[in-house]
Amino acid sequence: MTSTHPAVELNGLTKTFGAVTAVDGLSLRVEPGEVVAFLGPNGAGKTTTIDMLLGLARPDAGTARILGGTPDDAVARGRVAAVLQTGGLLKDLTVGETVQLTAHFYRHTRPVAEVLERAGIADIADRVVGRCSGGQQQRLRFALALLPDPDLMVLDEPTTGMDVEGRRDFWQALRRDARAGRTIIFATHYLDEADAYADRIVLVRQGRVVADGTTAEIKNLAAGRTVRATLPGAEQAALAALPGVDAVEVRGDSVLVRTRDSDAIARHLLTRTAARDVEVTSHNLEDAFLALTTERTGA
Amino acid sequence: MTTLPAPAATRTDQPDRRLPALGGFSLGALRIELRRVLRNRRTLAFTLIMPGVFFLIFGLPQGDKTLDNGRPVMAYVMISLAVYAAMVATTSAGGAVATERALGWSRQLRLTPLRPVAYIATKVATAMTLGLIAIVVEFLVGAAAGVRIPAHVWLLSGLAAWVSSLVFAAFGLFIGYLVPAENVMQFIGPVLGVLATFGGLFLPVELLSEVLQRVAKFTPVYGMGELSRAPLTGDGVSVVGVANMVFWALLFGIGATRLFRRDTARV
Repeated sequence: MTSTHPAVELNGLTKTFGAVTAVDGLSLRVEPGEVVAFLGPNGAGKTTTIDMLLGLARPDAGTARILGGTPDDAVARGRVAAVLQTGGLLKDLTVGETVQLTAHFYRHTRPVAEVLERAGIADIADRVVGRCSGGQQQRLRFALALLPDPDLMVLDEPTTGMDVEGRRDFWQALRRDARAGRTIIFATHYLDEADAYADRIVLVRQGRVVADGTTAEIKNLAAGRTVRATLPGAEQAALAALPGVDAVEVRGDSVLVRTRDSDAIARHLLTRTAARDVEVTSHNLEDAFLALTTERTGA
Repeated sequence: MTTLPAPAATRTDQPDRRLPALGGFSLGALRIELRRVLRNRRTLAFTLIMPGVFFLIFGLPQGDKTLDNGRPVMAYVMISLAVYAAMVATTSAGGAVATERALGWSRQLRLTPLRPVAYIATKVATAMTLGLIAIVVEFLVGAAAGVRIPAHVWLLSGLAAWVSSLVFAAFGLFIGYLVPAENVMQFIGPVLGVLATFGGLFLPVELLSEVLQRVAKFTPVYGMGELSRAPLTGDGVSVVGVANMVFWALLFGIGATRLFRRDTARV
């Protein structure tokens, strides 16, 4: 059945708006059950990619498939649901009525009371949407997305504009709901969210995937780690020749080695040299993010 | 601490992934839409209360005066105002798409199985239900105030006013897709007033100047006013009146359809 298909398969997606290429031949494969952060600065093409993934926009080139079918079919069958920045709500309906109304559009949904509970808004079901805070409205959109019990949940910058507490509540609701087998893709420009909630990070810049891997891999990819040690008379050229070394700096008795394989370098320093005080420092995701998403040519 | 529901992972049933019947159109959604419309104080004021008050101001003082065929002038005023009430009701219900587009709700709907045609069908059904309520309320006010006419006149005039108000449901949708503004009815309201005047809903068209009378024949309310009053006056319906209605129904209908297609096309 659907288990043989990837949850998401994007192939060479391209979209231009006039002279601007928003998405530039983007390909991505997401397996069922993965929690993927789509990370990139504003204008990287995240929202346009999501629009094409959901069938809201037509790609100029390339294809988008959800669980082996077209995006439109996946939406109509409730296989995919999304929380988008642009999705509006009717201000004069109550929270509960909004969920009820949306439930009527599907063949089958989870019970209204259940999704309200899961989204953490059961206590405000009778409140008129126009009097709800931004965070509450976002959890209402999340409740609507939970209705069809989708196999794939797509969230575009779900916590934008929320305060710290709102963001925490939202992610708690999402995590609480994460069920085995549900695939989640969320776009964000908050590094800590990608770091904390995703198994896998896809970094996009100028409409292209520039890095794709686990959080740890992404951190390593851009800046690697730095191994520092006290080693009088260090031979700079010999260290630089070791595999995985990007740069070697000698400062008096100290040596700093920037490397993608800090384990091997540390082992080498401790077993083959007289080095002591070995320190390994990891670069954080922000360093990786900046290194990978900043235009190096300055264009 | 609140008790969380059992995690969904433990359930054994698979979600039903079949497509919804009728493109997602449902009476349940229609019921919520109607509740929403009937909760809107502005809508109630303009479609139910104001036409009723107009009748008490302009209809009631006619007293025992009769038309040429001996039927009460009060009934003439009542039917005219029922047409007015219905056209305001259907326009505002159709025009609600403007608000929903402005708020981004129509975009939210595209993430659901609801087909655009089913959405429009719900809007038209809501508009026509509100239009029917508006006519019934106006007739009840008239009956309570002493309008006495044969049963078939109540029925045929009411039916004509109701069916022809479909033209304005289309007009509302047309405007709704033309202008994505939350407050679209604020500028449509006065327009409806002018059109109603040309349609002879506030005073007989014969009382207008000769030039205006000639202009009136081309305005969209003229035909439906004539048709709705025909069962009362016994004057029959003129070719001009029928042509007028058909023309405007087609124009607004085609206009709304085209704008709707443009709106739902993917970019």
